[in-house]
Amino acid sequence: MAIEVKIPTILRSYTGGEKSVEAKGDTLSAVIDDLDANHTGLKGRLITDEGALHRFVNVYVNDEDVRFTGSLDTTVKDGDSVTILPAVAGG
Amino acid sequence: MRYESLIEATGDTPLVGLPHLSPRWEGEFPVRLWAKLEDRNPTGSIKDRAALAMVRAAEADGRLTPGCTILEPTSGNTGISLAMVAKLRGYGLVCVMPENTSIERRQLLEMFGARIISSPAAGGSNQAVATAKQLAEQYPDWVMLYQYGNPANAQAHYEGTGPELLRDLPTITHFVAGLGTTGTLMGTGRYLREKAPDVQVIAAEPRYGELVYGLRNIDEGFVPELYDDTVLTRRFSVTSYDALRRTRDLIEQEGIFAGISTGAILHAALSIADRIAAGEDERADIAFVVCDGGWKYLSTGAYSGSLQQAAERLEGQLWA
Repeated sequence: MAIEVKIPTILRSYTGGEKSVEAKGDTLSAVIDDLDANHTGLKGRLITDEGALHRFVNVYVNDEDVRFTGSLDTTVKDGDSVTILPAVAGG
Repeated sequence: MRYESLIEATGDTPLVGLPHLSPRWEGEFPVRLWAKLEDRNPTGSIKDRAALAMVRAAEADGRLTPGCTILEPTSGNTGISLAMVAKLRGYGLVCVMPENTSIERRQLLEMFGARIISSPAAGGSNQAVATAKQLAEQYPDWVMLYQYGNPANAQAHYEGTGPELLRDLPTITHFVAGLGTTGTLMGTGRYLREKAPDVQVIAAEPRYGELVYGLRNIDEGFVPELYDDTVLTRRFSVTSYDALRRTRDLIEQEGIFAGISTGAILHAALSIADRIAAGEDERADIAFVVCDGGWKYLSTGAYSGSLQQAAERLEGQLWA
């Protein structure tokens, strides 16, 4: 088992067009490092030079926004689902 | 209840209990859900509050004068609310709307006399906002109220929705609403946190089909200027499937015919309720927003056929 990461259309150039890829790690930070090891450059699109999540990127672990669950330190376990989405307007 | 005119009848909506969907309605430690019926506003959605407040604020500061034209990017409900207020107050209205919104919303806007400018489906509301900003530069005499950054939007909920909720449910523990312009959550959330500091403020946002996220790059993303994440405790992303499932639960079990975004909000509310109810000695009173009725979404097929079929039909639609 691993963690399923759903990739938005806009970032699929890094995953060879794959909609979802697998990754490993105990925290979101570790998962993103593992993603970057297999899909070089992806991390740079998600995380700023200062080490925070990019303002226009939302990441959800099992449908919950990680900014309210510890951000990059959010714990993840096998079987969890990570969804990456660009921020869009509603209303 | 008697009012001088339709717009005066905005707000003060009913709060109704959901005895069938609540995990524990009775007992010493109830875990109860309460629906704030915002579809009872004059044009049938919560957006009447923001539209009226933004127009009043613009009138008060002299930006809006008789005969002016209002410009607004909207996926529908705000436009319909503004169209009603504009008609009664004597303004013109131009709405910039993504082309992938339901036909009912367009027809309603046209009936109210609004002019609709369509923005491309790809990019969703982000594109509508960008197009409206360009138009505002081209037509400087048009007044853009700009619901995403207008403090009067959140203030309407700080002064209305928040106090009404606390008045009707003094034991409130959680408030759950949709995250679009963020006005409802920011205004109501701030009020409740001030008056009842332990209240949790929870956001449910729609997770659309891929087309809606069709930006060319991440930097085209959009976070409303009103948004302040310190007001929220948690934030959930809800798929079309789950939103539809809960919309149907709401009709079948409680008789409430609501729009699809309400289903998304109920989904988040129930996930909180179920976790609390798993413990036997914890109580909760969870209030959530019914944003609008289901009428405007009938043509999307959301209410017919299997859930899977309905969810597929919503792919690419802006349903909140």
